[in-house]
Amino acid sequence: MKSKHKKVDYSKWGYIFILPFFVSFFIFSFIPLVDTIRYSFFEYYRSGIKEIGPNFVGMENYISLLGSDMLKYAANTLILWIIGFIPQIVIALVLAEWFVDARLKIHGTQFFKVVIYLPNLIMASAFAMLFFTMFSTNGPVNSILMSIGLTSQPIDFLGSAMGTRSLVGFMNFLMWFGNSTIMLMAAIMGISPDVFEASELDGCNSFQRFFYITLPQIRPILAYTLITAIIGGLQMFDVPQILTNGQGTPDRTSMTLIMFLNSHLKSRNYGMAGALSVYLFIVSGILCFFVYRMTNNDDPDGSKAAAKKAKKQQRRG
Amino acid sequence: MKKRVVSIMLIAAMAASLAAGCGKSSGSDSGNGGSSSGGSSSGGSSSAGASSGEEGKVINIYSWNDEFRERVEAVYPEVKETSKDGTVTVLNDGTEIHWIINPNQDGVYQQKLDEALMQQADASADDKVDIFLSETDYVNKYTDADADAAIPLKDLGIDPDRDLADQYDFTKVTASDVDGVQRGSTWQCCPGLLVYRRDIAKEVFGTDDPEEIGQKVKDWDTIKATAEELKAKGYYTFASYADTFRLYGNSIEESWVSPGETTIKVDQKIMDWVNSSKEWLDAGYLDKNVKGQWNDDWNKAMSSASKVFAFLFPAWGIDFTLNPNWDGEDGVWAVTNPPQEYNWGGSYVHACTGTDNPEHVKDIILAVTVDKDNLLKISKDYSDFTNTTSGMKEAAEDDSFASEFLGGQNAFEYFVPVAENIEIAPLSAYDQGCVELIQNSFSDYLQGKVDYDKAKKNFETAIIERYPDITEIQWPE
Repeated sequence: MKSKHKKVDYSKWGYIFILPFFVSFFIFSFIPLVDTIRYSFFEYYRSGIKEIGPNFVGMENYISLLGSDMLKYAANTLILWIIGFIPQIVIALVLAEWFVDARLKIHGTQFFKVVIYLPNLIMASAFAMLFFTMFSTNGPVNSILMSIGLTSQPIDFLGSAMGTRSLVGFMNFLMWFGNSTIMLMAAIMGISPDVFEASELDGCNSFQRFFYITLPQIRPILAYTLITAIIGGLQMFDVPQILTNGQGTPDRTSMTLIMFLNSHLKSRNYGMAGALSVYLFIVSGILCFFVYRMTNNDDPDGSKAAAKKAKKQQRRG
Repeated sequence: MKKRVVSIMLIAAMAASLAAGCGKSSGSDSGNGGSSSGGSSSGGSSSAGASSGEEGKVINIYSWNDEFRERVEAVYPEVKETSKDGTVTVLNDGTEIHWIINPNQDGVYQQKLDEALMQQADASADDKVDIFLSETDYVNKYTDADADAAIPLKDLGIDPDRDLADQYDFTKVTASDVDGVQRGSTWQCCPGLLVYRRDIAKEVFGTDDPEEIGQKVKDWDTIKATAEELKAKGYYTFASYADTFRLYGNSIEESWVSPGETTIKVDQKIMDWVNSSKEWLDAGYLDKNVKGQWNDDWNKAMSSASKVFAFLFPAWGIDFTLNPNWDGEDGVWAVTNPPQEYNWGGSYVHACTGTDNPEHVKDIILAVTVDKDNLLKISKDYSDFTNTTSGMKEAAEDDSFASEFLGGQNAFEYFVPVAENIEIAPLSAYDQGCVELIQNSFSDYLQGKVDYDKAKKNFETAIIERYPDITEIQWPE
C-alpha cells in the first residue's frame, strides 16, 4: 500500500518558472560570450563579400591591439566619463538630500522627479542629433550667443576637442542624473528616521548630518551607482558616435573604446573585435572588484582586522 | 490535471520558439521551406540554377530606396499593381516582386545584402535574392569574379556588345570584373555639372548666361581667378572642400588597391585635392563653417540666404538635393560646364547568382536599363540622365526635356558633352572606405586641427581598422 503521507513538493515549479531565464541567458548571452572569447584567438574577417578565416593565430590579435591606439581611446573614454559623472553624482546627491529632507518641504517633488528623469527616456541617438543641430556653427546656440553679443564669430563647438568632450559629458550628465537621484532618494529614505531625529537632538547641523549619517548609510547603493556608471561609461557609444558621425572627431579625441570596437565590426573583424571585448571584460571585472571591495568595507574602524591579527599571533605564540 | 497540460504546453511552445529562432542559421534542411513567405506552393523547384526552366513565384529585389521601384513601375510593362506600403509589386502573370529596402547610411544596406548573399545557397527558392542594386562606390565588391555574386549578363542571355551598344562605355566598364566580363547594367549615368545662382552671377559678373559663366569656370586656373572676383563681393565659390572631391577622386589614374594586392596607393590627384582645398579654404573661397557634405550646414548653404555661388552636382543631385533645399523661386539656378568632367554616383542593377527567376530578371534589366524609349521616359519623368548615348543626344536638342527648376534651361545640353568625355577611374573593392576615410582624416587638417603628417597617420589607422587585410599605405611623393 502506498503511503498517503507523501509530501506535496512545489519546489519543481520554482525551477520551471526560472527556467526561461536560464535558457535565454544560455542562448543569448552565454554562447555569444564563449564565442567571442574563442574568436579572439582567430583571424576572422570579411574582405568584400569573401570571408577570410577563421584561422587560429594565438595571441596575435591581443598583441596588435596593444600596439594600436587602444590605450588612447581608453583614456578618451575615461575623460568623457569623468566629465559627465562628477556633476552627475554631485547633483544627484544634493537633489536626493533636498527632496527627502522633510524640513525643507519642497512642493511638487513628484513633478520634479518625473522631469529630471525624462531625459533618460529620450533615445540617446536622438538626443545626440538634437545637440548636434543645436551646437552646429549655424545652430540656434550660436545664433543666441551672437545676437546677445557674447561672441562676434560663431563658435565651432564640435570642431574642438574640449567642446566635443564637454558636450558628450554634458549629455551623459543630463541623461543620467535623474536616474541616480531617484536611486539615491530610495536609499536615503531607507535610513531609519530615528537616527536623524537623534542627531537633531544632539545639535547636528545639516552638513554633519549629510557627511556623517547619510553618506555612510547609503554606501551600498552608492557603490551600486558607481559600478553601473563605470560599466556604462566603459560602454559609452551612442552619444559620441552620433555626435561625431562615428569618427571621434577632431583627431580621434572623442573616440571611445566601443566606437573603436564598432569600426572593427564594419569589416566583420570578429577576431580583433573579440580580443578588444575580452580586454574590456577584464577591465570591467577588475574595476568592479575594486569598487566593491572599497565600498563594502565591513570593517570601518579596523577592529576586526586587529582581532584577526591578535588571534594569529596568539596561535603562533 | 488540465492546468498541468496547459502549463506544459506553454513551456513547450516557448522552448520550441527559442529553438526555432536559433536553428535558422544552421538549418538548411527542407523543413525550413514551410516557413517561407507567401505560403506559396513552389517548394518543388528546389535546385534553383539559372538553367532550370521553371520560374519562381517571388522576385526579391534588394535596394536602398524607392528609386528603382518607381522606375520599374513606370516602364516595365508587366507591372500590374503595387501594394500601398510599397513592399510588394504584383506582375500580370501573378509573380510577386518583393522589395527589400535597407538604408544606405552607415553601410546598413551592404550588411543586409551581404547576409542575404551568404545565405543564398541555402535559402528556399522564394527567399533567394534575385536582383540587387549597387552604387559606383562599391559596385566592384559585387562584380568581383571570385565573389561570384552577380551573374555575367551573357549568362542571362544579354549580349553587352550587341544589346548594350547604345549605353555609355564607362558605365559598362564600371560594371565589369577584372576580366572585362560585364556583371551589371545601369539605367542612369551621372555626369556632373556646375550649378550656379543666376542672381549672384548677375551681381558679380554682370551676366548670368550659362555660356559666359561656363567660360569663367572652364578649368581650375580660370575658376580660381573667378573665385577671387566672387570673394571680393563677399561670396563663396563652393560651400565646402568636399564639394570638389569627386572631380579629383573620380579621375585617379590607378585604383586605390590594385587587383590581388593589399597595398593602398594614394593617388597624386587626391593629394592635389588636399592641397588645393587648403589653398582655397585659406584664401576664403570656401565657407569655413561648412564641414563636409550631407550635413545641416551644407543643406543650408543651398538656401536663398546663403553666400554660396555654385555646387557641383550630377542630375540626381540637382533633383534630390538642391531642389528640396532651395527655398526661393524656380529659375534662380542654372547649369553650366564643370571645371573638369566627372562622374558622381550611379546605381547598378545586378542579377544575383542563384536566382530562380532568370527570365523575369532579364526582362526587367532590359526594360529598365536598355530600352531606349523607356530610358527617355525615365529622363523626362524623373530627370535622370539615362544610359543611352543616342537618346541623350536627342534630349539635348529637344526642349520638352527642359527643367522647370532651372527655369526652362535644358540641362541635357550640358550633360551630354560631359558624359562623353568622362574617364572613369579604375575601381577597387576598397573604394568606399578609402573615399570616406580620406575625406574625414583630411577634414581635420583642412580645418587646422592637426598637421599634414598627423592627418596621413590618422588615415592609415582608420583604413586598417576598416579593411584588416590592407598591409601598407603608399603616399605619392
